[in-house]
Amino acid sequence: MASLREVKNRINSTKKTKAMTKAMQMVSASKKARAEQNAKSYVPYMEKVQDVVAAIASGTTDASHPMLVSRPVKKTGYIIITSDRGLAGAYNSSVIRGLVNTLNQRHKSKDEYVILAIGRVGKDYFAKRDYNVVDSVVGLPDQPSFSDVKAIARKAVGMFAEGTFDELYMYYNHYISVIQQEVTEKKVLPITDLAPASEGVTASYEFDPSAEAILEVLLPQYAESLVFGAILDGKASEHAARMTAMKAATDNADELIKSLDLLYNRARQAAITQEITEIVGGAAALE
Amino acid sequence: MKTVQVNIVTPDGPVYDSEVAMVIAKTVSGEIGVLPGHIPLVAPLTIGGVQLKNASGKSDFVAVSGGFIEVRPDKISILAPSAELASSIDVARAQEAKARAEERLKAKKDEVDFQRAELALKRAINRINVHEGNM
Repeated sequence: MASLREVKNRINSTKKTKAMTKAMQMVSASKKARAEQNAKSYVPYMEKVQDVVAAIASGTTDASHPMLVSRPVKKTGYIIITSDRGLAGAYNSSVIRGLVNTLNQRHKSKDEYVILAIGRVGKDYFAKRDYNVVDSVVGLPDQPSFSDVKAIARKAVGMFAEGTFDELYMYYNHYISVIQQEVTEKKVLPITDLAPASEGVTASYEFDPSAEAILEVLLPQYAESLVFGAILDGKASEHAARMTAMKAATDNADELIKSLDLLYNRARQAAITQEITEIVGGAAALE
Repeated sequence: MKTVQVNIVTPDGPVYDSEVAMVIAKTVSGEIGVLPGHIPLVAPLTIGGVQLKNASGKSDFVAVSGGFIEVRPDKISILAPSAELASSIDVARAQEAKARAEERLKAKKDEVDFQRAELALKRAINRINVHEGNM
């Protein structure tokens, strides 16, 4: 049986770990609340952009733009959104697994796709395994603003325009609830499903200077904001996943402390019993 | 006086939401003034200031970095990658950004950098101008 002091030490160290996981849980909870807020304040923008794009695309049949046209796919681009740090349960591993499975199903060789990694975990994973990682962003703040994300979004859209790849997909964890996040695949480019987000968008617009010129401005902005939206969604999921993971760790620590306490008390009792036996034995020997 | 609802939204959230009597914005084909009841119109904006005149004749100014304006008879929306109300512009930061962009323009490394620095300079100057009220 473990000595008294050993057990005591383990109890103390477990208590310290528990304090840490508890603190991280609280921090993640507040970050999650803010990330949810950010995702919410982004929605009106996205809906508006979508309305206008849909209105233009449906209203004028002659206006076309490279981003609206599906071309034969020689190469595919994938954006994967992961976190910079671990300790978030299955957050990173599930989204990475999702992407790897898809890659294995859809493609025969690594030359058929490129990866744009957001977050250190994803970047390291794919770089280490010799995937073709063309760009990566690490160190995004917990509450990213559009300007933080603009560079990678613009680059992704630019690569599509240049023909580096002919399709662009995003992989990220979609936030459903605190305990549920779902790995989601979303097609960014070419833009295909253009349904107006709100009802009653039947107004036929005047375009100044022309519908083409507006699509030129609008579509990159639309694609960039899709990427931004996914990152916001991913961040909310990340904080939620971390919160849940840390809650589980805190609960485990509680359980461990309980059983160690029991062990400690048992050891203490055994030690006392032994002492008494020794004294009684000693006294008996003197008689 | 007739008014129309104006929304200015960015990916980071709404910036402006109010009833105004007239909107003056800089589109790529020139400056336009929009009054309530305008026919539906969509136009891309340049980096510049948007003036929002309310019913009592006072004006709010908002600095926008591109984007576009969507006009409907009863509602005007401005969608921009970023937008700031004149009163909330951080001038010190804008000055800094301006100095940084000028520095990079002088360095003239390559085409892409040059373009980006030029745009950054435009945005910084625009923010300073809007803050000082000269459009």
